[in-house]
Amino acid sequence: MSNEEKVNCNRRRLLIATSAAGGVAAVATAVPFVASLAPSQRALSAGAPVEADIGDLQPGQLKTVEWRGKPVWILRRTKEQLDALPKLNDQLADPDSKREMQPDYARNVNRSIKPEYLVVVGICTHLGCSPTDKFKTGAESGIDANWPGGFLCPCHGSTFDLAGRVYKSKPAPDNLEVPQHMYLSDTKILIGEDKKGA
Amino acid sequence: MATTNYEKHKSDGTMAGNALEWVDARFPMTSMWRAHLSEYYAPKNFNFWYYFGSLALLVLVIQIVTGIFLVMNYKPDASLNAAGVPVAFASVEYIMRDVPWGWLIRYMHSTGASAFFIVVYLHMFRGLIYGSYRKPRELVWIFGVLIFLVLMAEAFMGYLLPWGQMSYWGAQVIVNLFSAIPVIGPDLSVWIRGDFVVSDATLNRFFAFHVIAVPLVLLGLVVAHILALHEVGSNNPDGVEIKKNKDPKTGIPLDGIPFHPYYTVKDIVGVVGFLIVFSIIVFFAPEGGGYFLEYNNFIPADPLKTPPHIAPVWYFTPYYSILRANTVNFFWLDAKLWGVIFMGLGVVILAFLPWLDRSPVKSIRYRGPLFKGALAIFVVSFFILGYLGILPPTPGRTLVAQICTIIYFAFFLLMPIYTKIDRCKPVPDRVTH
Repeated sequence: MSNEEKVNCNRRRLLIATSAAGGVAAVATAVPFVASLAPSQRALSAGAPVEADIGDLQPGQLKTVEWRGKPVWILRRTKEQLDALPKLNDQLADPDSKREMQPDYARNVNRSIKPEYLVVVGICTHLGCSPTDKFKTGAESGIDANWPGGFLCPCHGSTFDLAGRVYKSKPAPDNLEVPQHMYLSDTKILIGEDKKGA
Repeated sequence: MATTNYEKHKSDGTMAGNALEWVDARFPMTSMWRAHLSEYYAPKNFNFWYYFGSLALLVLVIQIVTGIFLVMNYKPDASLNAAGVPVAFASVEYIMRDVPWGWLIRYMHSTGASAFFIVVYLHMFRGLIYGSYRKPRELVWIFGVLIFLVLMAEAFMGYLLPWGQMSYWGAQVIVNLFSAIPVIGPDLSVWIRGDFVVSDATLNRFFAFHVIAVPLVLLGLVVAHILALHEVGSNNPDGVEIKKNKDPKTGIPLDGIPFHPYYTVKDIVGVVGFLIVFSIIVFFAPEGGGYFLEYNNFIPADPLKTPPHIAPVWYFTPYYSILRANTVNFFWLDAKLWGVIFMGLGVVILAFLPWLDRSPVKSIRYRGPLFKGALAIFVVSFFILGYLGILPPTPGRTLVAQICTIIYFAFFLLMPIYTKIDRCKPVPDRVTH
């Protein structure tokens, strides 16, 4: 066909309308396929809160419970460990927990409801590895001579203090997440919910 | 199209000849055979480096055939069996221990993955030293870069399937890369996983992609790569165009020889050599010293515990090093996102080579000292990046990785300058021996 050939405007309009309708149908058909990749109802409902018993936790001891497939750490800190926390502020990226990584009731120097018990999601905020505990202090930890105890992510070397606060100039951008949680009794914590009975 | 319009095959009167004539009247069998094999004229001076294209094709076939047989016994299921072991992990153990010859098929597949990358890296290096990406072969090269990208996706998803500790945490780290994207990132990574953590949903979709979707794309790209190559003709170690000197009577390049039988036979030598090495690894060192199959992957996936040291398989380590080397927040974006951006750019920048290279010559044989020096430094820093990628990070290693990352990108970004001012040697009219 040459360019000079007269364009039949009616046919051209019909062609455009048909193509547009076909395009809409194609996009609409893609929607269920794309949406099917999102978490299923079962995956969504698996996020139920879990209960943890902390009655047997000794000072300095850490307990891991599974919530939404993630490790949640419950650490009972010693008095020395708690006393050391405020001294680290100038080495930390977000010492006052200004960024939204915890519920309001955990936005304090200990990042916890009860000072002794730290409850955090044990997933590094960098790329999702689970940091290892490095509670030994100083050179014995294998990190450096001034290490006050905390967590080290084995994947990319981010370090966190005993309140889950990230050190400066590390790959992880944020402090460890404090999940919603509440005390059901002195020895029982509910993780994933904080309103029951409130 | 230039010369595919051959006369249809005429029967010589034999039964086979009649059958072929019948087919040719209905399907372009003979003309395809001629266009791509018996009358595809390749330069006569191909050397050792030209084995790796056909070897990549061989490895692709090995992966597809062994993969089909593995799927017959593998189960993509993250739930725990009666013994408390994930079903997927247990099914791989089952293949290794109980399926007759299952161990061989599985080791061929796992060794094949590493072999694929060895062959493809060497194939790409060949393109780099002989300027095979230069005009008119830009599309051949771009299809090749896409194949490399798709191959990385295929290998990454396949690595999740054994559901070991490395499978699990490797996938966790790489999927979380997407969460670095501002605004949509966190939702995007949930959408990719189909769950809030790497889980059964993730395993199943990666299985679907690994065995169906990605291989189909890969095959399509391989066909496009070869069709584009056969349209423009192969480059050669001298980087001269053989189509410039054709026999005036036949129109056949004077320095060209038919691919079949000359290069099919030559490639068989390469295939035999490759299979000898491949078999030695499959039979005597299938774990490749922990590089082909990482030791931590013999531990079932544990979502609550990251192994003390995780590293990707060796073929990803150079790019993984680039990811880790970004520790500084620039502008308003944090280091994590820059790492992801640079890792992606590290692969994508390859596609721009045809336009970055401004040298009047193609082959390294006629290039000057600047290009040779730049290439040598580039190769060394690529190896260093690869080596650092398997080690845990320390401040010193991160600094070295940062220097090597800068060299990696400088090789490409400075190429328009140093290739232009380089002192090249005169290029001969015809290929040399």
